[in-house]
Amino acid sequence: MTELERNERYNQYVEAKIAKTHAWPSLFNAFWIGGLICVIGQLFNDMLIAVFPTLQTESAWSYTLIFIIFIASFLTGLGVFDKIAVHAGAGTIIPITGFSNSIVSPAMEFRNEGIVFGMCAKMFVIAGPVIVFGTVASTIVGLIYLFI
Amino acid sequence: MFNVQNQTIFFKQKPHIIGNYAIVGPKEGLGSLKNYFDYIMKDDLYGEKTYEKAERKMVEQAVIGAVTKANLTPKDLQLFVSGDLLNQIVTSSFAARAFDVPYVGLFGACSTMAESLAIGASLVNAGYFDNVACATASHFSTAERQFRYPLELGNQRPPTSQWTVTGAGCSILSSKGNGPIITSATFGKVTDFGINDVNNMGSVMAPGCASTMISHFKDTNTKPDDYDLIVTGDLGKLGSEILIDLLEDHGYKLGTNYNDCGQIIFNGKQSVLMGGSGCGCSASVLNSYILEKVRKKEYNKVLFVATGALLSSTSTQQGDTIPGIAHAVVIESYEEEKSPKKEKKGSKN
Repeated sequence: MTELERNERYNQYVEAKIAKTHAWPSLFNAFWIGGLICVIGQLFNDMLIAVFPTLQTESAWSYTLIFIIFIASFLTGLGVFDKIAVHAGAGTIIPITGFSNSIVSPAMEFRNEGIVFGMCAKMFVIAGPVIVFGTVASTIVGLIYLFI
Repeated sequence: MFNVQNQTIFFKQKPHIIGNYAIVGPKEGLGSLKNYFDYIMKDDLYGEKTYEKAERKMVEQAVIGAVTKANLTPKDLQLFVSGDLLNQIVTSSFAARAFDVPYVGLFGACSTMAESLAIGASLVNAGYFDNVACATASHFSTAERQFRYPLELGNQRPPTSQWTVTGAGCSILSSKGNGPIITSATFGKVTDFGINDVNNMGSVMAPGCASTMISHFKDTNTKPDDYDLIVTGDLGKLGSEILIDLLEDHGYKLGTNYNDCGQIIFNGKQSVLMGGSGCGCSASVLNSYILEKVRKKEYNKVLFVATGALLSSTSTQQGDTIPGIAHAVVIESYEEEKSPKKEKKGSKN
C-alpha cells in the first residue's frame, strides 16, 4: 500500500466515522432568528416613516441599516452577539448584522496590538474579502449596464 | 501501517516527580475535575492586560506552585524545560525571564507535557541536572486569535472541533525524594495521514498516537492491560475512537483503562463538541488528577501519551496536510519501602 493509498483510505475512514449532523435544527434556528432581525428592521423602518412623514423611502432604508449595524456592533461589544450567533448561524451572518460583527470583532481583538497596526489594520481581516468581491461584482454589473 | 523501531528509553535511576501544580481557567474550573486543580482563575485575563500576558503568568504560577509543593524555592531549580502553542513559544520563554535558571524551550504543540517530561527525566536520569521543572500552558483566547477567529466573531464551530483548554501545569523532577517515578519514555515520530481539516485535530493526531503506542508496547514488551490507566492528551471523542480502531488493527485492544484528558477535563453539559485540546489540557489533568491518583496508589502504572498537531496558520492556508506527533511516558507509583535501602546506598558512597 503506497502512502497515497493509505492516506486516501484513512480520509475515507475518517469521513465515515464523523457523526452526521442534521441540517433541520440549524435551518430552523437560522430561519426564525434571521427572520426576527428582518422584522425588527421593518418595524423600525415603518416607525421612522410614521414619525417623520416627510422622510424619503431611500433615506428611511439607510437609517434602518445604520440602526441594525449599530445594534449588532453594540451587542458584539457587550460580548452577546457571538452567543446568539452560535444558535443562529446563517440567521445572523446573512443580514447586515454579520458584516457589522465581522468588522467589530477583529477590531476589538487586535486593540492590544495598537490603534494603527492592530485595530485599524486588522479590522478588515474577515470583512475584507466581502468588500473586494462586492466592489468587483458591482463594477462588472455596472459595465454590463453601461453597454446594454 | 506503522514502521516502528526502538523508540523507548528506560530510566534506571528512576526520576521522581517531587512536585506538581495545575492552574486552569474558569470554564475548566466548572468541569468534572474541579476538585483536583490547585488553582482556578476567576477570569481569563487573570489581572493582566492581554491574554498572552495572562498565559505567561499562569506558567510562572505553575512553576512556583510546583516548586513550593516540592518544599523547594525557585533558586533550587537547575533547569527549566517548557513549551507552548504560541508563535516562537513566547509564553514559555517570557515566563523563563522570571526565573534565574537555565532554560530549554520546546515545541511539540499539545504533546509538550510528555515531551518535556521525557527530556527532563532523561537529563535527571543521566545525572546532569536535578530539580528540573517541566511545564507547559495553553490559553483558549490566545490560541483562538492565532489559529482561528476573533473571540467575538459570531460563527459556528464544526462538530468535529475541540475547545482549547486554558490551563498550565508543571512537574518538578528530581533523582531524590518521594513521589511517582518515571520509568520509561517513548519518543514519537511525525506521522501524517493526509488530513488537512484544521477543525478535525483528533483524526490528525490519532495515527501519530497509535504509532507511538505500538512502538511503546513492543519496546517494553507490554500490552494495554498491563497499565492501570492509559491516557492520551487531547484526541477528543472522535480521535479516541479512531485510536481504538487503529490499535485494534494491530492487535492491541484498549479496554476500560483507556481515557483521554480532552474528554475528562470538561463535563458533559459544557458545549465543547469533541472535548478539550491544547498543551494545557494534558498538562493540567496530569498535574492534578492523574498524579494525585498515582500518589494515592489508586493507579500504580500509568501510560501518559500526549498528542500534538504540528501545524501553523500559514501551512494551513497553503493547503498542506497536518502532521501529528505523540510522546509517551510511563509514570509509576513509588513504593516507600525501597527508599531506606536507597538512602543507605547513597550514604555508603
